[in-house]
Amino acid sequence: MNINLTLIGQMIAFFGFVWFCMKYVWPPIMAAMAEREQKISDGLAAAERASHDLELAQEKAIERLKEAKHEAASIVESANKRANQIIEEAKVAAQTEAERVKTSARAEIEQETNRAREALRGQVATLSLVGAEKVLGATIDRDAHSELVDKLAAEL
Amino acid sequence: MAGENRTVSEYIVHHLTNLTYGKLPEGYERLDYDGNLVSVVPEGGVWTMAHGGAEASAMGFTAIHVDSMIWSIGLGIIFCWMFRRVAKRAETGVPSGFINAMEMIVEFVDNTVRDTFHGRNPLIAPLSLTIFVWVFLMNLMDLVPVDLVPYTLEVLGVSYHKIVPSTDPNITFGMSIGVLVLILYYSIKVKGFGFAKELALNPFNHWMFIPVNLFMEIVGLLAKPFSLALRLFGNMYAGEMIFILIAALYGAGVAWMAPAGLLQIGWAIFHILVITLQAFIFMVLTIVYLSMAHEDH
Repeated sequence: MNINLTLIGQMIAFFGFVWFCMKYVWPPIMAAMAEREQKISDGLAAAERASHDLELAQEKAIERLKEAKHEAASIVESANKRANQIIEEAKVAAQTEAERVKTSARAEIEQETNRAREALRGQVATLSLVGAEKVLGATIDRDAHSELVDKLAAEL
Repeated sequence: MAGENRTVSEYIVHHLTNLTYGKLPEGYERLDYDGNLVSVVPEGGVWTMAHGGAEASAMGFTAIHVDSMIWSIGLGIIFCWMFRRVAKRAETGVPSGFINAMEMIVEFVDNTVRDTFHGRNPLIAPLSLTIFVWVFLMNLMDLVPVDLVPYTLEVLGVSYHKIVPSTDPNITFGMSIGVLVLILYYSIKVKGFGFAKELALNPFNHWMFIPVNLFMEIVGLLAKPFSLALRLFGNMYAGEMIFILIAALYGAGVAWMAPAGLLQIGWAIFHILVITLQAFIFMVLTIVYLSMAHEDH
Protein backbone atom coordinates (compact mmCIF):
# COMPACT_ATOMS: atom_id res chain seq x y z
CA MET A 1 0.00 0.00 0.00
CA ASN A 2 2.99 2.26 -0.53
CA ILE A 3 3.05 5.10 -2.98
CA ASN A 4 6.26 4.75 -4.94
CA LEU A 5 7.82 4.86 -8.41
CA THR A 6 5.05 2.62 -9.70
CA LEU A 7 2.96 5.79 -9.82
CA ILE A 8 5.37 7.45 -12.25
CA GLY A 9 5.68 4.26 -14.26
CA GLN A 10 1.94 3.96 -14.59
CA MET A 11 1.67 7.62 -15.65
CA ILE A 12 4.24 7.11 -18.38
CA ALA A 13 2.50 3.92 -19.51
CA PHE A 14 -0.83 5.75 -19.46
CA PHE A 15 0.37 8.51 -21.76
CA GLY A 16 2.13 5.98 -23.95
CA PHE A 17 -0.97 3.89 -24.52
CA VAL A 18 -3.17 6.93 -25.02
CA TRP A 19 -0.71 8.24 -27.59
CA PHE A 20 -0.62 4.88 -29.37
CA CYS A 21 -4.40 4.67 -29.41
CA MET A 22 -4.71 8.23 -30.68
CA LYS A 23 -2.13 7.70 -33.38
CA TYR A 24 -2.64 4.17 -34.65
CA VAL A 25 -5.95 2.81 -33.39
CA TRP A 26 -8.69 5.38 -33.31
CA PRO A 27 -8.33 7.14 -36.69
CA PRO A 28 -8.27 4.04 -38.93
CA ILE A 29 -11.17 2.41 -37.08
CA MET A 30 -13.25 5.58 -37.23
CA ALA A 31 -12.39 6.07 -40.90
CA ALA A 32 -13.37 2.52 -41.77
CA MET A 33 -16.59 2.80 -39.78
CA ALA A 34 -17.50 6.13 -41.33
CA GLU A 35 -16.77 4.77 -44.78
CA ARG A 36 -18.92 1.72 -44.12
CA GLU A 37 -21.70 3.90 -42.81
CA GLN A 38 -21.52 5.97 -45.97
CA LYS A 39 -21.56 2.83 -48.06
CA ILE A 40 -24.58 1.46 -46.27
CA SER A 41 -26.50 4.69 -46.52
CA ASP A 42 -25.59 4.90 -50.20
CA GLY A 43 -26.75 1.34 -50.66
CA LEU A 44 -30.02 2.03 -48.91
CA ALA A 45 -30.56 5.14 -51.01
CA ALA A 46 -29.79 3.19 -54.17
CA ALA A 47 -32.20 0.44 -53.15
CA GLU A 48 -34.90 2.99 -52.50
CA ARG A 49 -34.25 4.67 -55.81
CA ALA A 50 -34.31 1.30 -57.55
CA SER A 51 -37.61 0.35 -55.98
CA HIS A 52 -39.00 3.73 -56.94
CA ASP A 53 -37.73 3.25 -60.48
CA LEU A 54 -39.27 -0.19 -60.57
CA GLU A 55 -42.58 1.24 -59.49
CA LEU A 56 -42.37 3.87 -62.17
CA ALA A 57 -41.42 1.27 -64.76
CA GLN A 58 -44.30 -0.92 -63.72
CA GLU A 59 -46.67 1.98 -63.99
CA LYS A 60 -45.27 2.81 -67.38
CA ALA A 61 -45.56 -0.78 -68.50
CA ILE A 62 -49.18 -0.93 -67.42
CA GLU A 63 -49.81 2.31 -69.24
CA ARG A 64 -48.12 0.95 -72.37
CA LEU A 65 -50.09 -2.25 -72.18
CA LYS A 66 -53.32 -0.36 -71.89
CA GLU A 67 -52.36 1.82 -74.80
CA ALA A 68 -51.41 -1.18 -76.89
CA LYS A 69 -54.68 -2.89 -76.11
CA HIS A 70 -56.54 0.24 -77.03
CA GLU A 71 -54.61 0.54 -80.26
CA ALA A 72 -55.16 -3.08 -81.14
CA ALA A 73 -58.86 -2.73 -80.53
CA SER A 74 -59.05 0.34 -82.69
CA ILE A 75 -57.03 -1.38 -85.42
CA VAL A 76 -59.35 -4.37 -85.37
CA GLU A 77 -62.33 -2.10 -85.49
CA SER A 78 -61.03 -0.09 -88.39
CA ALA A 79 -60.07 -3.28 -90.19
CA ASN A 80 -63.55 -4.61 -89.74
CA LYS A 81 -64.95 -1.37 -91.04
CA ARG A 82 -62.64 -1.45 -93.96
CA ALA A 83 -63.57 -5.03 -94.73
CA ASN A 84 -67.24 -4.18 -94.65
CA GLN A 85 -66.57 -1.26 -96.88
CA ILE A 86 -64.62 -3.43 -99.32
CA ILE A 87 -67.43 -5.91 -99.37
CA GLU A 88 -69.94 -3.17 -99.97
CA GLU A 89 -67.84 -1.71 -102.71
CA ALA A 90 -67.37 -5.10 -104.27
CA LYS A 91 -71.07 -5.67 -104.11
CA VAL A 92 -71.77 -2.36 -105.79
CA ALA A 93 -69.09 -2.95 -108.39
CA ALA A 94 -70.42 -6.41 -109.10
CA GLN A 95 -73.92 -5.11 -109.45
CA THR A 96 -72.77 -2.38 -111.80
CA GLU A 97 -70.76 -4.86 -113.78
CA ALA A 98 -73.67 -7.21 -113.95
CA GLU A 99 -75.90 -4.39 -115.07
CA ARG A 100 -73.39 -3.39 -117.68
CA VAL A 101 -73.01 -6.92 -118.94
CA LYS A 102 -76.74 -7.31 -119.02
CA THR A 103 -77.17 -4.09 -120.93
CA SER A 104 -74.50 -4.92 -123.43
CA ALA A 105 -75.91 -8.39 -123.85
CA ARG A 106 -79.32 -6.99 -124.38
CA ALA A 107 -77.94 -4.52 -126.93
CA GLU A 108 -76.15 -7.29 -128.70
CA ILE A 109 -79.26 -9.40 -128.76
CA GLU A 110 -81.18 -6.47 -130.16
CA GLN A 111 -78.51 -5.95 -132.74
CA GLU A 112 -78.48 -9.60 -133.65
CA THR A 113 -82.25 -9.62 -133.89
CA ASN A 114 -82.22 -6.58 -136.11
CA ARG A 115 -79.51 -8.06 -138.22
CA ALA A 116 -81.42 -11.29 -138.53
CA ARG A 117 -84.53 -9.40 -139.32
CA GLU A 118 -82.74 -7.41 -142.01
CA ALA A 119 -81.30 -10.56 -143.46
CA LEU A 120 -84.67 -12.24 -143.32
CA ARG A 121 -86.28 -9.25 -144.88
CA GLY A 122 -83.74 -9.34 -147.71
CA GLN A 123 -84.33 -12.98 -148.22
CA VAL A 124 -88.08 -12.52 -148.03
CA ALA A 125 -87.78 -9.88 -150.75
CA THR A 126 -85.80 -12.25 -152.87
CA LEU A 127 -88.18 -15.07 -152.10
CA SER A 128 -91.16 -12.84 -152.86
CA LEU A 129 -89.58 -11.89 -156.14
CA VAL A 130 -88.94 -15.48 -156.94
CA GLY A 131 -92.47 -16.26 -155.83
CA ALA A 132 -93.90 -13.43 -157.82
CA GLU A 133 -91.86 -14.45 -160.89
CA LYS A 134 -93.20 -17.92 -160.50
CA VAL A 135 -96.66 -16.57 -160.15
CA LEU A 136 -96.34 -14.13 -162.95
CA GLY A 137 -94.27 -16.38 -165.06
CA ALA A 138 -92.05 -13.68 -166.02
CA THR A 139 -89.01 -12.14 -164.91
CA ILE A 140 -89.41 -9.18 -163.03
CA ASP A 141 -86.95 -6.62 -163.79
CA ARG A 142 -85.27 -6.18 -160.53
CA ASP A 143 -84.32 -2.66 -161.18
CA ALA A 144 -87.71 -1.77 -162.51
CA HIS A 145 -89.50 -3.13 -159.70
CA SER A 146 -87.10 -2.51 -157.01
CA GLU A 147 -89.26 0.12 -155.47
CA LEU A 148 -92.09 -2.32 -155.18
CA VAL A 149 -89.86 -4.99 -153.76
CA ASP A 150 -88.39 -2.66 -151.24
CA LYS A 151 -91.84 -1.61 -150.14
CA LEU A 152 -92.72 -5.25 -149.72
CA ALA A 153 -89.63 -5.96 -147.80
CA ALA A 154 -90.31 -3.04 -145.54
CA GLU A 155 -93.74 -4.27 -144.87
CA LEU A 156 -92.50 -7.64 -143.81
CA MET B 1 -4.13 -22.09 0.89
CA ALA B 2 -0.80 -21.07 -0.47
CA GLY B 3 1.45 -21.91 2.43
CA GLU B 4 0.87 -24.98 4.56
CA ASN B 5 1.53 -23.41 7.92
CA ARG B 6 0.13 -19.91 7.56
CA THR B 7 -2.68 -18.38 9.53
CA VAL B 8 -5.60 -16.78 7.73
CA SER B 9 -4.32 -13.29 8.46
CA GLU B 10 -0.89 -14.17 7.13
CA TYR B 11 -2.54 -15.59 4.04
CA ILE B 12 -4.49 -12.37 3.49
CA VAL B 13 -1.48 -10.14 4.09
CA HIS B 14 0.52 -12.26 1.71
CA HIS B 15 -2.10 -11.78 -0.97
CA LEU B 16 -2.15 -8.04 -0.47
CA THR B 17 1.60 -7.55 -0.73
CA ASN B 18 3.07 -6.45 -4.01
CA LEU B 19 6.21 -7.87 -5.51
CA THR B 20 8.45 -4.88 -4.85
CA TYR B 21 11.85 -4.02 -6.21
CA GLY B 22 13.53 -1.03 -4.64
CA LYS B 23 16.31 0.54 -2.69
CA LEU B 24 16.63 -0.35 0.97
CA PRO B 25 17.99 2.53 3.03
CA GLU B 26 21.38 2.41 4.67
CA GLY B 27 21.49 0.61 7.98
CA TYR B 28 18.20 -1.25 7.50
CA GLU B 29 18.13 -4.54 9.39
CA ARG B 30 16.82 -7.35 7.21
CA LEU B 31 14.97 -10.09 9.13
CA ASP B 32 13.76 -13.52 8.07
CA TYR B 33 10.19 -14.78 8.68
CA ASP B 34 10.94 -15.78 12.24
CA GLY B 35 12.33 -12.37 13.13
CA ASN B 36 16.02 -13.28 13.19
CA LEU B 37 18.51 -10.74 11.90
CA VAL B 38 19.85 -11.79 8.51
CA SER B 39 21.90 -8.81 7.39
CA VAL B 40 22.31 -5.05 7.71
CA VAL B 41 22.13 -2.90 4.60
CA PRO B 42 25.56 -1.40 3.91
CA GLU B 43 26.38 2.23 3.24
CA GLY B 44 24.63 3.80 0.24
CA GLY B 45 21.66 1.43 0.44
CA VAL B 46 20.99 -1.53 -1.79
CA TRP B 47 18.61 -2.22 -4.71
CA THR B 48 16.86 -5.51 -4.13
CA MET B 49 13.59 -7.41 -4.11
CA ALA B 50 11.67 -6.73 -0.91
CA HIS B 51 11.04 -9.70 1.37
CA GLY B 52 7.67 -8.85 2.80
CA GLY B 53 5.66 -5.72 3.44
CA ALA B 54 7.97 -4.28 6.07
CA GLU B 55 10.91 -4.08 3.72
CA ALA B 56 8.70 -2.71 0.96
CA SER B 57 7.56 0.06 3.32
CA ALA B 58 11.14 0.79 4.30
CA MET B 59 12.02 1.32 0.63
CA GLY B 60 9.75 4.35 0.54
CA PHE B 61 9.33 6.07 -2.79
CA THR B 62 12.38 4.52 -4.44
CA ALA B 63 10.66 1.24 -5.16
CA ILE B 64 8.55 -0.18 -7.90
CA HIS B 65 5.76 -2.75 -7.80
CA VAL B 66 7.03 -5.18 -10.39
CA ASP B 67 3.82 -7.23 -10.53
CA SER B 68 1.56 -4.17 -10.94
CA MET B 69 3.77 -2.77 -13.66
CA ILE B 70 4.04 -6.05 -15.56
CA TRP B 71 0.31 -6.70 -15.50
CA SER B 72 -0.67 -3.13 -16.17
CA ILE B 73 1.70 -2.65 -19.10
CA GLY B 74 1.06 -6.19 -20.34
CA LEU B 75 -2.69 -5.59 -20.39
CA GLY B 76 -2.11 -2.22 -22.04
CA ILE B 77 -0.12 -3.95 -24.74
CA ILE B 78 -2.91 -6.52 -25.16
CA PHE B 79 -5.36 -3.64 -25.54
CA CYS B 80 -3.16 -1.94 -28.16
CA TRP B 81 -2.58 -5.20 -30.01
CA MET B 82 -6.30 -6.07 -30.08
CA PHE B 83 -7.42 -2.72 -31.35
CA ARG B 84 -4.48 -2.29 -33.71
CA ARG B 85 -5.53 -5.56 -35.31
CA VAL B 86 -9.04 -4.23 -35.71
CA ALA B 87 -7.68 -0.97 -37.11
CA LYS B 88 -5.61 -2.88 -39.65
CA ARG B 89 -8.34 -5.27 -40.66
CA ALA B 90 -11.26 -2.89 -40.49
CA GLU B 91 -12.71 -2.77 -43.95
CA THR B 92 -15.79 -1.26 -45.41
CA GLY B 93 -17.31 -4.69 -46.00
CA VAL B 94 -19.35 -6.72 -43.57
CA PRO B 95 -17.41 -7.03 -40.27
CA SER B 96 -17.47 -10.34 -38.47
CA GLY B 97 -16.85 -11.84 -35.05
CA PHE B 98 -13.95 -10.30 -33.21
CA ILE B 99 -13.82 -7.12 -35.30
CA ASN B 100 -17.53 -6.64 -34.84
CA ALA B 101 -17.22 -6.92 -31.06
CA MET B 102 -14.29 -4.48 -30.93
CA GLU B 103 -16.13 -2.06 -33.18
CA MET B 104 -19.12 -2.23 -30.87
CA ILE B 105 -16.89 -1.08 -28.02
CA VAL B 106 -15.42 1.68 -30.18
CA GLU B 107 -18.86 2.84 -31.19
CA PHE B 108 -20.11 2.73 -27.61
CA VAL B 109 -17.18 4.87 -26.45
CA ASP B 110 -17.61 7.20 -29.39
CA ASN B 111 -21.31 7.71 -28.57
CA THR B 112 -20.54 8.34 -24.91
CA VAL B 113 -17.93 10.93 -25.86
CA ARG B 114 -20.27 12.60 -28.33
CA ASP B 115 -23.03 12.80 -25.73
CA THR B 116 -20.81 14.33 -23.06
CA PHE B 117 -18.07 16.25 -24.82
CA HIS B 118 -19.21 18.96 -27.18
CA GLY B 119 -15.92 20.55 -28.19
CA ARG B 120 -13.57 19.33 -30.86
CA ASN B 121 -10.56 17.48 -29.57
CA PRO B 122 -9.03 14.45 -31.28
CA LEU B 123 -7.56 13.25 -27.99
CA ILE B 124 -10.73 12.71 -25.99
CA ALA B 125 -12.18 9.71 -27.81
CA PRO B 126 -8.99 7.62 -28.00
CA LEU B 127 -8.23 8.59 -24.41
CA SER B 128 -11.65 7.35 -23.36
CA LEU B 129 -11.26 4.12 -25.30
CA THR B 130 -7.86 3.50 -23.74
CA ILE B 131 -9.15 4.17 -20.23
CA PHE B 132 -12.27 2.09 -20.66
CA VAL B 133 -10.66 -1.00 -22.15
CA TRP B 134 -7.46 -0.82 -20.18
CA VAL B 135 -9.18 -0.34 -16.82
CA PHE B 136 -11.65 -3.06 -17.76
CA LEU B 137 -8.84 -5.49 -18.55
CA MET B 138 -7.02 -4.64 -15.32
CA ASN B 139 -10.24 -5.13 -13.36
CA LEU B 140 -10.90 -8.36 -15.23
CA MET B 141 -7.82 -9.87 -13.58
CA ASP B 142 -9.92 -9.84 -10.42
CA LEU B 143 -11.98 -12.71 -11.82
CA VAL B 144 -8.94 -14.95 -12.11
CA PRO B 145 -9.02 -17.23 -9.05
CA VAL B 146 -6.96 -15.48 -6.37
CA ASP B 147 -4.52 -18.29 -5.73
CA LEU B 148 -3.94 -19.43 -9.30
CA VAL B 149 -1.19 -17.08 -10.42
CA PRO B 150 0.41 -16.21 -7.04
CA TYR B 151 0.62 -19.84 -5.97
CA THR B 152 2.02 -20.98 -9.31
CA LEU B 153 4.65 -18.23 -9.14
CA GLU B 154 5.42 -19.04 -5.51
CA VAL B 155 6.19 -22.59 -6.51
CA LEU B 156 8.47 -21.14 -9.18
CA GLY B 157 10.21 -19.02 -6.55
CA VAL B 158 8.47 -15.62 -6.75
CA SER B 159 7.28 -15.00 -3.24
CA TYR B 160 4.72 -12.21 -3.74
CA HIS B 161 2.37 -11.47 -6.57
CA LYS B 162 -0.76 -9.36 -7.04
CA ILE B 163 -2.28 -9.76 -10.45
CA VAL B 164 -4.96 -7.08 -10.25
CA PRO B 165 -3.17 -3.81 -11.04
CA SER B 166 -6.22 -1.70 -10.19
CA THR B 167 -6.02 -2.86 -6.55
CA ASP B 168 -2.73 -0.97 -6.37
CA PRO B 169 -3.27 2.72 -5.55
CA ASN B 170 -0.14 3.57 -7.51
CA ILE B 171 -1.81 2.36 -10.66
CA THR B 172 -5.11 4.16 -10.15
CA PHE B 173 -3.39 7.34 -9.02
CA GLY B 174 -0.97 7.10 -11.92
CA MET B 175 -3.88 7.22 -14.32
CA SER B 176 -5.90 9.84 -12.46
CA ILE B 177 -2.87 12.13 -12.15
CA GLY B 178 -2.41 11.65 -15.88
CA VAL B 179 -5.99 12.83 -16.27
CA LEU B 180 -5.26 15.79 -13.96
CA VAL B 181 -2.31 16.75 -16.16
CA LEU B 182 -4.61 16.72 -19.17
CA ILE B 183 -7.22 18.78 -17.29
CA LEU B 184 -4.63 21.41 -16.40
CA TYR B 185 -3.14 21.39 -19.89
CA TYR B 186 -6.44 21.91 -21.66
CA SER B 187 -7.72 24.41 -19.08
CA ILE B 188 -4.70 26.59 -19.69
CA LYS B 189 -4.70 25.98 -23.42
CA VAL B 190 -8.39 26.79 -23.91
CA LYS B 191 -8.93 29.47 -21.29
CA GLY B 192 -5.44 30.90 -20.92
CA PHE B 193 -5.53 33.59 -18.29
CA GLY B 194 -9.24 32.88 -17.87
CA PHE B 195 -8.31 29.69 -16.05
CA ALA B 196 -6.50 31.66 -13.34
CA LYS B 197 -9.47 34.00 -13.12
CA GLU B 198 -11.78 31.01 -12.81
CA LEU B 199 -9.71 29.68 -9.93
CA ALA B 200 -9.47 33.05 -8.20
CA LEU B 201 -12.92 34.55 -8.71
CA ASN B 202 -15.21 31.56 -8.27
CA PRO B 203 -17.55 31.13 -6.51
CA PHE B 204 -17.32 34.60 -4.85
CA ASN B 205 -16.66 37.23 -7.45
CA HIS B 206 -14.85 39.79 -5.30
CA TRP B 207 -11.12 40.48 -4.88
CA MET B 208 -11.40 40.13 -1.11
CA PHE B 209 -12.35 36.50 -1.48
CA ILE B 210 -9.49 35.54 -3.76
CA PRO B 211 -7.66 33.39 -1.15
CA VAL B 212 -10.88 31.64 -0.16
CA ASN B 213 -11.76 31.07 -3.79
CA LEU B 214 -8.31 29.79 -4.62
CA PHE B 215 -8.42 27.37 -1.73
CA MET B 216 -11.85 26.06 -2.65
CA GLU B 217 -11.17 25.77 -6.36
CA ILE B 218 -7.83 24.06 -5.91
CA VAL B 219 -9.36 21.60 -3.47
CA GLY B 220 -12.12 21.02 -6.02
CA LEU B 221 -9.55 20.50 -8.74
CA LEU B 222 -7.51 18.05 -6.70
CA ALA B 223 -10.63 16.22 -5.61
CA LYS B 224 -11.13 15.14 -9.23
CA PRO B 225 -8.11 12.85 -9.54
CA PHE B 226 -8.49 11.76 -5.94
CA SER B 227 -12.07 10.68 -6.41
CA LEU B 228 -11.23 8.96 -9.71
CA ALA B 229 -8.35 7.00 -8.25
CA LEU B 230 -9.86 6.18 -4.88
CA ARG B 231 -13.19 5.09 -6.35
CA LEU B 232 -11.56 2.59 -8.65
CA PHE B 233 -9.01 1.47 -6.08
CA GLY B 234 -11.59 1.15 -3.31
CA ASN B 235 -14.00 -0.89 -5.38
CA MET B 236 -11.37 -3.22 -6.73
CA TYR B 237 -9.56 -3.57 -3.43
CA ALA B 238 -12.77 -4.43 -1.62
CA GLY B 239 -13.75 -6.89 -4.34
CA GLU B 240 -10.35 -8.52 -4.25
CA MET B 241 -10.51 -8.70 -0.46
CA ILE B 242 -13.81 -10.55 -0.59
CA PHE B 243 -12.40 -13.01 -3.12
CA ILE B 244 -9.46 -13.59 -0.79
CA LEU B 245 -11.79 -14.11 2.20
CA ILE B 246 -13.86 -16.58 0.21
CA ALA B 247 -10.67 -18.37 -0.77
CA ALA B 248 -9.65 -18.46 2.90
CA LEU B 249 -13.02 -20.03 3.65
CA TYR B 250 -12.06 -23.05 1.56
CA GLY B 251 -9.33 -23.72 4.06
CA ALA B 252 -11.72 -23.70 7.01
CA GLY B 253 -12.71 -27.30 6.42
CA VAL B 254 -14.43 -29.63 3.98
CA ALA B 255 -17.88 -28.54 5.21
CA TRP B 256 -17.19 -25.02 4.00
CA MET B 257 -16.32 -26.03 0.44
CA ALA B 258 -19.85 -25.91 -0.93
CA PRO B 259 -20.92 -22.58 0.58
CA ALA B 260 -17.57 -21.05 -0.34
CA GLY B 261 -18.01 -22.26 -3.90
CA LEU B 262 -21.50 -20.76 -4.08
CA LEU B 263 -20.26 -17.50 -2.61
CA GLN B 264 -17.39 -17.37 -5.07
CA ILE B 265 -19.68 -17.92 -8.07
CA GLY B 266 -22.18 -15.36 -6.78
CA TRP B 267 -19.55 -12.74 -6.04
CA ALA B 268 -17.80 -13.36 -9.38
CA ILE B 269 -21.05 -12.85 -11.30
CA PHE B 270 -21.78 -9.69 -9.35
CA HIS B 271 -18.21 -8.57 -9.86
CA ILE B 272 -18.52 -8.77 -13.65
CA LEU B 273 -20.98 -5.92 -13.26
CA VAL B 274 -18.70 -4.00 -10.87
CA ILE B 275 -15.58 -4.18 -13.01
CA THR B 276 -17.42 -3.02 -16.12
CA LEU B 277 -19.18 -0.28 -14.21
CA GLN B 278 -15.95 0.96 -12.63
CA ALA B 279 -14.21 1.08 -16.01
CA PHE B 280 -17.19 2.95 -17.43
CA ILE B 281 -17.32 5.42 -14.53
CA PHE B 282 -13.62 6.16 -14.82
CA MET B 283 -14.07 6.85 -18.52
CA VAL B 284 -17.20 8.97 -18.18
CA LEU B 285 -15.78 11.09 -15.36
CA THR B 286 -12.62 11.67 -17.35
CA ILE B 287 -14.72 12.88 -20.27
CA VAL B 288 -16.77 15.09 -17.97
CA TYR B 289 -13.71 16.63 -16.32
CA LEU B 290 -12.06 17.31 -19.65
CA SER B 291 -15.30 18.70 -21.00
CA MET B 292 -15.37 21.10 -18.04
CA ALA B 293 -11.77 22.06 -18.78
CA HIS B 294 -12.85 23.05 -22.30
CA GLU B 295 -15.83 25.12 -21.25
CA ASP B 296 -15.27 28.84 -21.17
CA HIS B 297 -17.55 30.66 -18.77
